[in-house]
Amino acid sequence: MTFRPKVLVTKIGFDGHDRGSRIVAAALRDAGMEVIYTPPWQEIAAVVKIAREEDVDVIGISSLATDHLIVPHLMGALRAAGLGGKCVIVGGIVPDEEVPLLLDAGVAKVFHPGSSMDEVVDFVRQAAERVQQQYQLAG
Amino acid sequence: MNKAFESPLASSSPEETWSQEYRQQIGTEPAVHNRSGIDVRPLYTPKDLDGTDYQRDLGYPGQAPFTRGIYPTMHRGRTWTQRQLIGLGTPQDYNERLRHLLEQGATAISLLPCNSVFRGYDMDEVPVELLGTCGTVINNVDHMDQALAGVDLAQISCAMNDPTPFTLLAFLLVTAKRRQVPWSAIAGTSNQSDYLSHFIANHMFYRLANAGARRLLVDHIEFCVRHLPKWNPMSVVGQHTQQAGATPAEAMAFTLSAAIQNAEDCIAHGMHPDDFLPRFTFFFDISISFFEEIAKFRAGRRIWARITRERLGARDSRSWRFKFHGQTSGADLTRQQPLNNISRVSVQAMAGIFGGLQSLHTDAFDEAISCPTEAGARIAVATQNILKEEAHLTDVIDPLGGSYYIEALTNEMEERIEAVMARIDAAGGMYQAVEAGLVQRMIGESALRFQQTVESGEQTVVGVNKYQVGGESAQPAQPRPDANSMAALIDDFRRFKSRRSAAEVGRALDDLARAAHDPSINLFSRVIDAAEAGVTHGEICACLRREMGFGLPLVAV
Repeated sequence: MTFRPKVLVTKIGFDGHDRGSRIVAAALRDAGMEVIYTPPWQEIAAVVKIAREEDVDVIGISSLATDHLIVPHLMGALRAAGLGGKCVIVGGIVPDEEVPLLLDAGVAKVFHPGSSMDEVVDFVRQAAERVQQQYQLAG
Repeated sequence: MNKAFESPLASSSPEETWSQEYRQQIGTEPAVHNRSGIDVRPLYTPKDLDGTDYQRDLGYPGQAPFTRGIYPTMHRGRTWTQRQLIGLGTPQDYNERLRHLLEQGATAISLLPCNSVFRGYDMDEVPVELLGTCGTVINNVDHMDQALAGVDLAQISCAMNDPTPFTLLAFLLVTAKRRQVPWSAIAGTSNQSDYLSHFIANHMFYRLANAGARRLLVDHIEFCVRHLPKWNPMSVVGQHTQQAGATPAEAMAFTLSAAIQNAEDCIAHGMHPDDFLPRFTFFFDISISFFEEIAKFRAGRRIWARITRERLGARDSRSWRFKFHGQTSGADLTRQQPLNNISRVSVQAMAGIFGGLQSLHTDAFDEAISCPTEAGARIAVATQNILKEEAHLTDVIDPLGGSYYIEALTNEMEERIEAVMARIDAAGGMYQAVEAGLVQRMIGESALRFQQTVESGEQTVVGVNKYQVGGESAQPAQPRPDANSMAALIDDFRRFKSRRSAAEVGRALDDLARAAHDPSINLFSRVIDAAEAGVTHGEICACLRREMGFGLPLVAV
């Protein structure tokens, strides 16, 4: 059976600009992945719950209006729930000087405006495979 | 006849000659179409104006159907209001920036609250990292009073991003009362009062279920018509839908359909169209598709003049005027080579100016990187001043009027817009159409289509899919509010809450909750009463969410 990545595309915090998250979700789905898409303003606890119950490989957080500043809280909550092995990516408007804040917290990659959909799809597929292998190894 | 001027193809007309020469020299050519999907021909001629009746279709400025502008003097008399959005940090931070702007001669101000305010929360119930990063934290009357300290409320026009339940206006009115400024002198606009646009797209502002927001909006309009003669309670928003991916024609159609919905709701509530329509304003996105945007605004004016008279029954010519604010499109800006955005904003702003706008916000070049920095905001204002005072753009009213292309395109955009409006009418009007997800689906499809044209390279985006250069320009430093002053503000706010009369707050909240279920009471007047009793923004929003339901956007990918 071919491997089918499972991805959660969501937004935390207050921002509601969802053009980007919708387009990314559609591109991942069109690339054959299973996509769980939520409305904006998810509580961090809700994202952790969906990630666990749906057993997603990758979590994509879209942030256009400074919500990336609370992504480190999300990373902490995922680790506390034993989901530290999931891959988290962030897309949207993140100033250069705040990218390290996210990477240091464990975010795998930050996609800026203008990123091509192919680039996002490739990254997510490879990340999902890595996550799967890790979890299989961990048994 | 002078032989030298004889056509080489003696039997053809000049038009046929041109057409043949064009086809020979251009070779195979892909179809050219604009963002609204209209095929654009290489040349427009007097034939494209066949059947045009100047008075009926264009008219003089200030005369219906207002195609050439809503006022007789247009930009030659009074250019446009430079309404730059500002908002950051604490009320004191805002006040400093505002007074600086006022010293420089600004007469109109804008207030952009923090995202936590948009979402209906107080500062003590949200992650502190997100406070004041995109707007000013305003949670009670004291905050509004501090934000507008030293400002004469009777002399200034204040546009506030203030969606349902309009707590910022309530705080402003109580502040005016404290300062003994009569409400009849309070001037400004409730930006973002159009809940329909928040439900469809850009869900920053949405917090009540549609039915509750619908009632609050009508009550708010009714209250302003009765008590605030200088206040514009309705700003119908086309900006969100276009930013979310609607084509310019679709965005105009959705906006006009939303305006009809809101107007018909007011009429059903017993108001006369001429009492509230002169207070309707519009707010649009201006993309970089230059001619298309100009035609969009000219067509919108013409359609609104017809609808207000024929469908809504307005008799006062002030009701027919399509007053609009334009904001240059952030979605066209790029993170790559960010200084290029200054050029983009100039072109977008020119489209708005030639489109006949009344008020303009130019985006800062760094908006695709961050919330605007002070340097970025300064250049955005300078761009407006250059266009207004250096470039001779305002010498002539509607300078593109009469252009074969512009007039033909205005007609074609009008047809496109009306076709979309007909689909919405067939779905039962804008309220039903958005509840059913029709509008959201159309936007999603258009957004994806546009993204595909960028990915395929059909639509050039300089620095993104063409002319990329390595080593991007330096990124400006991101301003973040001072953590200490934010912490002090939160402490202050907690003290304020514990000092209040619990009995008075409880009574006001009970009254508000009761009014939410009693349509004979004006609900907005109860919001003002609550604000005066010391109830906070978050408490008012929580009460109404509980009584009227919380609104989530439809999820349709």
